[in-house]
Amino acid sequence: MAGAEGDDSLYPIAVLIDELRNEDVQLRLNSIKKLSTIALALGVERTRTELLPFLTDTIYDEDEVLLALAEQLGSFTVLVGGPEFVHCLLPPLESLATVEETVVRDKAVESLRKISQEHSPVDLEVHFVPLVKRLASGDWFTSRTSACGLFGVCYPRVSSTVKAEIRQHFRTLCSDDTPMVRRAASSKLGEFAKVLELDYVKSDIIPLFTALASDEQDSVRLLAVEAGVSIAALLPQEDLEDLVMPTLRQAAEDKSWRVRYMVADKFSELQKAVGPEITKNDLVPAFQNLLKDCEAEVRTAAANKVKVFCESLPEDSRETIIMTHILPCVKELVSDTNQHVKSALASVIMGLSTILGKDNTVEHLLPLFLVQLKDEYPEVRLNIISNLDCVNEVIGIRQLSQSLLPAIVELAEDAKWRVRLAIIEYMPLLAGQLGVEFFDEKLNSLCMAWLIDHVYAIREAATCNLMKLVEKFGAEWAQNTIVPKVLGMANDSNYLHRMTTLFCINALSEVCGQEITTKHMLPVVLKMSTDQVANVRFNVARCLQKIGPVLDSSALQAEVKPVLEKLATDQDMDVKYFALEAISVLALA
Amino acid sequence: MGAGGGGNDVQWCFSQVKGAIDDDVAEADIISTVEFNHSGELLATGDKGGRVVIFQQETENKSQPQCRSEYNVYSTFQSHEPEFDYLKSLEIEEKINKIRWLPQKNAAQFLLSTNDKTIKLWKISERDKRPEGYNLKEEDGRYRDAATITTLRVPVFRPMDLMVEASPRRVFVNGHTYHINSISVNSDNETYLSADDLRINLWHLEITDRSFNVVDIKPANMEELTEVITAAEFHPHQCNTFVYSSSKGTIRLCDMRASALCDKHSKLFEEPEDPSNRSFFSEIISSISDVKFSHNGRYMMTRDYLSVKIWDLNMENRPVETYQVHEYLRSKLCSLYENDCIFDKFECCWNGNDSVVMTGSYNNFFRMLDRSQRRDVTLEASRESCKARQVLKPRRVCAGGKRKKDEISVDSLDFNKKILHTAWHPQENIIAVATTNNLYIFQEKVN
Repeated sequence: MAGAEGDDSLYPIAVLIDELRNEDVQLRLNSIKKLSTIALALGVERTRTELLPFLTDTIYDEDEVLLALAEQLGSFTVLVGGPEFVHCLLPPLESLATVEETVVRDKAVESLRKISQEHSPVDLEVHFVPLVKRLASGDWFTSRTSACGLFGVCYPRVSSTVKAEIRQHFRTLCSDDTPMVRRAASSKLGEFAKVLELDYVKSDIIPLFTALASDEQDSVRLLAVEAGVSIAALLPQEDLEDLVMPTLRQAAEDKSWRVRYMVADKFSELQKAVGPEITKNDLVPAFQNLLKDCEAEVRTAAANKVKVFCESLPEDSRETIIMTHILPCVKELVSDTNQHVKSALASVIMGLSTILGKDNTVEHLLPLFLVQLKDEYPEVRLNIISNLDCVNEVIGIRQLSQSLLPAIVELAEDAKWRVRLAIIEYMPLLAGQLGVEFFDEKLNSLCMAWLIDHVYAIREAATCNLMKLVEKFGAEWAQNTIVPKVLGMANDSNYLHRMTTLFCINALSEVCGQEITTKHMLPVVLKMSTDQVANVRFNVARCLQKIGPVLDSSALQAEVKPVLEKLATDQDMDVKYFALEAISVLALA
Repeated sequence: MGAGGGGNDVQWCFSQVKGAIDDDVAEADIISTVEFNHSGELLATGDKGGRVVIFQQETENKSQPQCRSEYNVYSTFQSHEPEFDYLKSLEIEEKINKIRWLPQKNAAQFLLSTNDKTIKLWKISERDKRPEGYNLKEEDGRYRDAATITTLRVPVFRPMDLMVEASPRRVFVNGHTYHINSISVNSDNETYLSADDLRINLWHLEITDRSFNVVDIKPANMEELTEVITAAEFHPHQCNTFVYSSSKGTIRLCDMRASALCDKHSKLFEEPEDPSNRSFFSEIISSISDVKFSHNGRYMMTRDYLSVKIWDLNMENRPVETYQVHEYLRSKLCSLYENDCIFDKFECCWNGNDSVVMTGSYNNFFRMLDRSQRRDVTLEASRESCKARQVLKPRRVCAGGKRKKDEISVDSLDFNKKILHTAWHPQENIIAVATTNNLYIFQEKVN
C-alpha cells in the first residue's frame, strides 16, 4: 500500500490509528467510527493480523467506544477479505459479547447475527458454532446471556448432529443458576422456537416454556408470556389446548401482578395467535378477570386493550360476547378508583360504538360516556372529548348533542383551563354539524364567554375559534351575531378585554371581508388609538397593519394613515415602533 | 469447625488492623460501613470522607496457612464528594452510608455505594495490558518527523503491572427527599431498593432516571408523623419479598407480587411490650437499627438498642430468639440519652451458616451470640491485642454488685469507643470489625 509518495496519503491514517488510543474519548470514538478507512489503508492482510488482534484486546474502553466498535464490526466482512475470512471478526465480537454493559453486548450479538449469514455452512460449523458454545458455557453470565441470542441464527444452517447440540445448550441455559441467563433464554425462546422443526417445538420447547413460565423469579415468568404467544402461533390449532393453554391460563392468574400485567399487555397478540375458538372459551373469561384485577396497573393495561380485543372477536358471536361479558366489566371500570385505569378506558371506549352499532351505543355506551365526561380527572374527560368523532359517525350529531351537550357545557366552564381549551378545539366540529340555529341557541354565548376568560391561552383559542366559526357560517352570520359583541368589548373597562377586541378583529377581518371590516371594524379600531393604555395603542398599530390589506386604498389613505402618523409620535416607545412598522409595511410613508 | 461454622468454641485471634493507630482521629477517617463481597475475597469499607477502600484476600499460601486471611488494599477511590443542595440550603455530606456488592457478572466487580441522597454503581476492574506503538510519536512522547513515516504501525497490547481501576458506571440521583439509610440488591440481579426515612424506592440497575416508589409512609400532615423507616432489605432468594423496620420496633414484610405499591404489608412482626419494663426511653430503645435476613432466608435478625432478636418469617407475634447485647446499660439510659449515645445505630450480621450472629457494643466490645448453644461471648477490638495470632480473651462487664477479677465496671466503659459496623466472611470464620477509624480483622485460630 505504502509507496514512495506514501507520506502525504499515510499521514491522516497514521493520525487516525494513533487516536485509537488517545486520552480523549471523543477522538477515540471518531477514530473507531472511521475504522473502515483505517482497515482499507492497511489492506485485508494487515487488518486480519494486526488491527483485529488489537481490537480484540481493546475492551477496557468506554461504553460508547465499544458500542461503536461492535457496530462497525458487523459490516467489516469486505475489509477482512470477504466471506472467506469473515470468521476473523469473531474474536473481537466474542470479547465484546462478554462486557457488562447490556447495550454493548446486544450490539455485539446483533453484529454476530449479521455476520453469521456471511459464513459458509462449513465455516459456520467450524468457527461460528464453537464460539456460540464457548459463550454458552462461559464462566460469567454476561457471555451466557449473549449466547442465547445466537442459537436461532445458526440452527437452520447446520447438520442434524450440531442441531442436537445446540438444542442441548439452549436447554441448559434455560435452567441456568442465574436469573439473568434464564431471562435471556426466556426472551429468546419464541425466536428459537420459530427456527426449530415442529416436532422439536413440541418435544423440546414446550417443556422449556412450561418450566420458565413457572420459574421462581417473576422477571423470568413474565418474559415467558411473550414466548408463549410466539409458540402458540407456531402450533397447529389442535395442539394448542394441550401444549400451551394450561401454561398461559396459569400466567393470566399468576400471583405476581407483573406477570398478569404482561398477559394483559400482550393480549391482542395472544388473541391472534390462539384463534377464535380458544378466544371464545378461554380468553374472554381471562380478559374479564384482567379487567377486574386487584392491581390497577393490570387493569390499566387491560383497559387499553378493550377496543382491539372486541374488534378482533369472531364476528358471529361478537355482539353477544361484548354485551354479556365485556360490557359489564367496562361499566365497573368507568367508576374505577384509579384515574389511570379510567383514563386508559376513556381513550378506547368510544371505539366500541362502531362495533356495537347505533342502538346499543345509545342504550348502553352513551350513559358511560356521560359518566366519564363528568369524571373528576381532566385526563379522563379529555380522552372522551378527543374521540367524540367516532361516536358521531354512529349515532349522529343530533342525538350526541342532546345527550352530551349539557356535559360539554359544564366542561366549557371547568375550573381547569386545559379542559376548557380542549373543548374550544372541538367547537368548530360541533358547530359544523349542529348547524347555525342550534349553535346560536346553545353554544354561542359559551363561545363569547371564553373571550373574557382570565387565562390568555383560552382567550387566544377563543379568538381562533371565532374565525373558524365564521368560515363555517359565513360573513353575514358574523355581522349579525358575533361582530357586535366583539366590538362592544372595545368599551370594556378592562384593557385586556379591549385588546381582545383587537385580536378578534385581526382574526376575523379576512374571513368577514372588506365591507364589514371597513364599515364596522375600522371605526372601532381607529377610536381605540386614543386609548389611555399603551398596550392597547400599539396593538391598534399592529391591528391596522394586519387589516390594512383587507381595506380599500381610499380608507387607508384617508383614515388609517393619519392615525398611524399620530401614533408614530406617541410618547411610548413600543407604540412608536409598531406604528412606524405598520406605516412601512402598508407603504403609507 | 466447618466453613463458617463459628460456634463459640471457636477461638478468635487477631489477624490485622487497618488504619492509623493514633489517638488523633480525623473525622473523615471514621469508618461508616463494612461489607464483604459474595465470595469473601473482597472486603469494602466506606468512611465519612466519602472514600471507599477495598481489600483483597491474599491467595492461599501453602507454606504459611495462617496467612490465608490477610487482606491487603486492592483499590481506594473517592466515591462521594460533599455537595450543597441550593434549593433547600442543605449540605449533603459525603459520608458513605452503605455499600452493597453485586453478584459477580464478569471479570470485573461491581458495588453500590450511597450517601444520604445519591447512589452510585462502581465498577472495579483489573487491567494488565496496555497498548504500545504510535505512528507520529515515540513511546516517550517525542514527535517524529512526519516525513519519515513510510509505513503504518498498528498498536500492540503488551503486558504491564496490574492496575486496578474504579469507575462510576451509574449515578442514581433525585430519588430521595430524606436520608437514605439502606440499599439492597434483589435476587433477580437487575433491581435494587433504597430506603429513606419515609419511602422505599425500587430501581433498575441500568436505569438511572426513574425509580418506582414501593412504600410511602409519609403522612399528609407531617405533624402526624409518628414513625420512620430505619432499615430495609430484600429477601435473599424470593425476588418479591422485602422487609423494612421502623423506629417503633416493628418489621413489615411486603410482597411485591400483590400490588405495585406495597403500602399494605403482608406480615407485621411485632413483640408485645413488657409493661414492667416501660419507661420514658421505651420507644427510643425499641427502635430497630438494622435488619438482616439469614443466608437461608428462613429467619431475620433485628437489632435494637439493647438486644438482638431473631424472627422466624412464619411467626409474627414474637421473635424465636432474643439476646441481650448489653443489658447492664438499662440503668444508664438517662446518661446515654444525655450524651446522645442512645441514638447510636448498631448493625448486626450473620455468620456463613446462620448459626452465630455478631453485633457491636461500647468500649470497643463486640458480641458473638451462638444460636445453637445459646451461648454468648464479649470480645474486644483493642490495640493491646494487636499481636499476630494472639487469641482474644472474653471480656465481662460487672452489672452491679461486687466486681469480680477480670470484670469491668459499667462506669468505666468508654462510650466514645463504639463498634457499629461489623461483617462476617460469607464462608469462613473471618470477621471485620470497625472501631472508630480502624478496621480489625480477626480469624479463627488454626492449630
